[in-house]
Amino acid sequence: MNAGDSLAFASQALSGNRLRTALILLAMAIGVASVIVLNSLGDAARRYVIGEFSALGTHLIIVLPGRSETAGASPSMFLGETTRDLTIADAMSLTRLPGVRRVAPINVGATPVSRQGRSRDIILLGTTLPFLAIRGFHMEKGRFLPETSADQATAVCVIGKQVKRELFGSAPALGEWLRIADRRFRVIGILASEGTSLGQDTNELVIIPVASAQAIFNTQSLFRILIDMRAQEQIPKAITAIEDRIRVRHQGDLDVTVVTQDAVISTFNNILGALTLAVTGIAGISLIVAGVLVMNVMLVSVSQRTAEIGVLKAIGATKAQILRLFLMESALLAILGAVLGLIIGYAGNQAITHWFPQLSMTAPWWSQLAAIVVAVLTGLLFGILPARKAARLDPITSLQRR
Amino acid sequence: MISLAKIQRAYHVGDQSVYALNDVDLTIEQGGYCSIMGPSGSGKSTLLNIIGLLDRPDRGQYRLDDQDVTTLNDDQQARVRQRAMGFVFQFFHLIPRLSAADNIALPLVLAGIPADERRARVSASLGNMGLTDRAQHRPEELSGGQRQRVAIARAIIMNPTILLADEPTGNLDRHTGQEVISLLEGLHASGLTLLVVTHDPALGSRATRQLRMEDGRIISDRTQQAVT
Repeated sequence: MNAGDSLAFASQALSGNRLRTALILLAMAIGVASVIVLNSLGDAARRYVIGEFSALGTHLIIVLPGRSETAGASPSMFLGETTRDLTIADAMSLTRLPGVRRVAPINVGATPVSRQGRSRDIILLGTTLPFLAIRGFHMEKGRFLPETSADQATAVCVIGKQVKRELFGSAPALGEWLRIADRRFRVIGILASEGTSLGQDTNELVIIPVASAQAIFNTQSLFRILIDMRAQEQIPKAITAIEDRIRVRHQGDLDVTVVTQDAVISTFNNILGALTLAVTGIAGISLIVAGVLVMNVMLVSVSQRTAEIGVLKAIGATKAQILRLFLMESALLAILGAVLGLIIGYAGNQAITHWFPQLSMTAPWWSQLAAIVVAVLTGLLFGILPARKAARLDPITSLQRR
Repeated sequence: MISLAKIQRAYHVGDQSVYALNDVDLTIEQGGYCSIMGPSGSGKSTLLNIIGLLDRPDRGQYRLDDQDVTTLNDDQQARVRQRAMGFVFQFFHLIPRLSAADNIALPLVLAGIPADERRARVSASLGNMGLTDRAQHRPEELSGGQRQRVAIARAIIMNPTILLADEPTGNLDRHTGQEVISLLEGLHASGLTLLVVTHDPALGSRATRQLRMEDGRIISDRTQQAVT
């Protein structure tokens, strides 16, 4: 019996029971499609987040107060030492390091802002002029913070468009005063809308000089220092230089953490990559379930077709031939289901891309390949048991039934 | 030539052994026409199954054309069935989703015979059976007599030497049964060994050799001149 004849026989057997075949194809297709869609979704989310971070520029170094140590307990834990504040003066000392183009100290917090009885909570960001260029924000009207010394607490602010709308309505805001916490600030600029970036909506932001923000938050310590380097190659050297400088300023203790944009990106990359794999794995379980369904259906099929199997044996079919016929049936089911699943998966990806254009849904080639290979393997694997059952049927008992 | 020596076949029901065949000795010449009759459970179907290599005896020796076939393995027995045996069943056992032509072609397909040779042999066979205009009909669209003719065509498509029929008329009306019988006898006349298991004395008495079984033993073995 050649392969073409076996194939014809198996496909005739499948088309002989259309509903059963259609249902099992659907189960297999859903399994394959969910692997593809969930994998694409995870991958699209990963690329979206990486894109957001890359928009910050790859020349960025971030300095955080405090040291994250992973090398066991440090003596400071027992001596009760506290970390020193990361101050504006620290930030300013870094501007003179080689290769540094811009430095922006940052303080962030939630604060109420009010004007003439209208009040709302906003994210208050204290920084200096270079911040605008480092983050690539633009001004809608007016100007950004003045180019003054960073430790000078001037009473000016730049507001986001939504803050402007909610506090001033359609009235002009430039030159007007508003109240942040219990201090009065003059509006000197309105930020252009940049959309949401890293969870910060520029529309809902109020930016003031960093020294003013420290006064409002009543702190000496910065939240972050953003350092924009001239070239990416200078980053490794700059990290050492920054650490040396901070150590000198902090009486020999290195109590800050210096991270690069690359490190942040690769961390997110790893996390989201792992997440994608996990989600894909969960979808893979549905493929196994589909495989069990194939087995179930084939077992039912074998018991419905005992007479047929008996006849096949009577007219000279060997065990191996019957095994192959039934294996081919389940393999056909699996392959057709996988192809159908690929089509549904593509359609699903298209639909998601249509509704969420910021996610570009493309299934990585390896996930498509893996989905099909796993589908066919489960089809074959779960087809073995029913096929063996068929091959071992006693021809006499199978022929006694009508 | 079929030659059985001290064939024994027991079934186990609970802790009891029931002998379907008990020390059966039987020789059937090539080209013989033999009927096997007896009450239900007398072992006549078991005898037919053992001769057809669908069942294995517990003891004894079965020689087919001077070859000991009891010691062959499953695949070798399958090949002997394919080459030498044709089966006709009471319930036809056609494959419902296949057309008459495809049902007849199935043994050729299993034997790996090329498609064009298959087509030629199947259409010749359909012609012999008077089924040419029914070739593409499925079993459910055929009458009982037509179904049994398709089944007989399938049984002889590989040119076997032995035709084994288990109650071939059991599911047909009298008239159609007659047609099927004369078809089978015509095949016997062309040289096939014909074995018929039946309850029907009228059918059984047509055979040149009539075996009667009871409790797993052959209790009578009569030979008569061929009736015409």
